[in-house]
Amino acid sequence: MSDQTATRTDPATIEAQPAVWTKKHLLDVDELSRAEIEAVFETADAMKEVLGREVPRVPALRGRTVITLFYEPSTRTRASFELAGKALGADVINISAGGSSIEKGESLIDTVRTLQAVGADMLVMRHPSSGAPYLVARHMHASVINGGDGCHAHPTQALLDAYTIRSRLGDLSGRRIVIVGDIAHSRVARSNIWALSTLGAQVTLCAPPTLLPPALRRRAEDDDGELLAMPPVRVETDLDRAIEGVDVIMALRLQKERMSGGLLPSLREYASLYQLTEERLARAQTGALVMHPGPMNEGIEISPAVARSLQSVVEEQVTNGVAVRMAVLYLLARGKV
Amino acid sequence: MFLWSCWPREFLFHEQPEGAVRTNSVLSADDIRRAVRRIAHEILERNQGTDGVVLVGMRTRGVPLAQRLAAAIEEFEGQRVRVGSLDIGLYRDDLPQKDLQARIQPSEMPVDIDGKKVVLVDDVLFTGRSIRAALDALTDFGRPAEIQLAVLVDRGHRELPIRADYVGKNIPTSLHEDVQVLLEETDGLDEVRSAIQEGER
Repeated sequence: MSDQTATRTDPATIEAQPAVWTKKHLLDVDELSRAEIEAVFETADAMKEVLGREVPRVPALRGRTVITLFYEPSTRTRASFELAGKALGADVINISAGGSSIEKGESLIDTVRTLQAVGADMLVMRHPSSGAPYLVARHMHASVINGGDGCHAHPTQALLDAYTIRSRLGDLSGRRIVIVGDIAHSRVARSNIWALSTLGAQVTLCAPPTLLPPALRRRAEDDDGELLAMPPVRVETDLDRAIEGVDVIMALRLQKERMSGGLLPSLREYASLYQLTEERLARAQTGALVMHPGPMNEGIEISPAVARSLQSVVEEQVTNGVAVRMAVLYLLARGKV
Repeated sequence: MFLWSCWPREFLFHEQPEGAVRTNSVLSADDIRRAVRRIAHEILERNQGTDGVVLVGMRTRGVPLAQRLAAAIEEFEGQRVRVGSLDIGLYRDDLPQKDLQARIQPSEMPVDIDGKKVVLVDDVLFTGRSIRAALDALTDFGRPAEIQLAVLVDRGHRELPIRADYVGKNIPTSLHEDVQVLLEETDGLDEVRSAIQEGER
């Protein structure tokens, strides 16, 4: 009997790995563990292989319907979600706020209920109000993927950014990354802080005090402030100091549409102090990566020369975006049992 | 109050009884080595050498088996055959029901398989559904002249009209039985085991 129990455990330990992905929705990166983020990366590697084929299409999500519902303009996110869904064999339907019943005054909840009734299995949504996807997730059986909500979160962007860094530099542990620009209004920055910190990178935020979120602003003034809602980050208002020796510089777009005015003395002053230029880039590690979630305001947050330099991986971010979004769609479809 | 604890765990949770699995060794390391070498000979015989032959291992354990076959073929003929690996995860017909932990990895085709004689290699042939998925996956990479199938173990119970061209060992099994192929490269030892749920035979 005793040797039976000894051998019995072997097959079980070989087959049973912990379930890495059980999530139904992807609303922000703060709900993902390191193992879950790595599961996305590993799956994205396989998706990248699919995208490299002559006919980049697999039948994994055949018969599923993915609906993208966008209340804000988007090029990259929407196009890459559409390509991702199609490459996995899903049916993809795009709905914009303009040109749909939303213009007739239909509420968000009614709209998503309608989409559910027509058979949506997964809903990718972008909304100007922070938290909107959380509300929708409570009213839907379908999987909800946050494609950007207000100033809050943009999880797939953060995942593709981290994936791009990983595919260029390998393990993120101990890597120094500076995020520079309009942090206060940036859902990309917020989700990236979670993703990069969870993967072990050291994140520095760099912005004028008026473009830091209030909690961080206090921290920049006196360094004792404990941040409760965020992983530990360094805050630096001087870009020349912040950029010293870093492995990655992530420039953010100045979001004029979310600014109520009075935050900056002038665009020219902002550009002279916070623009990522070749001189500033030279202070970072040699070969440091330059990233930007797009769309870029060249000549404001990034100089045209840097944007087109060999160190810029902006286009690679977009390409990886499709693979990462395929991975997310696939894992969510499979996790929903 | 203590009533629930009297019930067998598997009754409450639909689990297999944990203590009642009996495992038998079906193939030893030497048996596996001999079977691989014989299959290598059979592949050479049937294809009259290595011309146009590509071995494609199905993840996970088909890949090291394909590499062993390639090594044996090189030893016999002095010719290196190319080895690819195939992940069929994206082609399965049972996506949501199980295998939450199954990971998807990139497939690797070292050559264009158009017009080639592809030998698909897997560890266990059971229902045939994985092979069906693999055939779909392969045809997405090109149009081989021929696809052959080599498996280390055929345990029967096919649900699709699929058969193997090369079989290491036929092992008749019951549906309550689980056949485990363990390989040095993935599991640290070479052995084929069958595990039977006791009390269910």
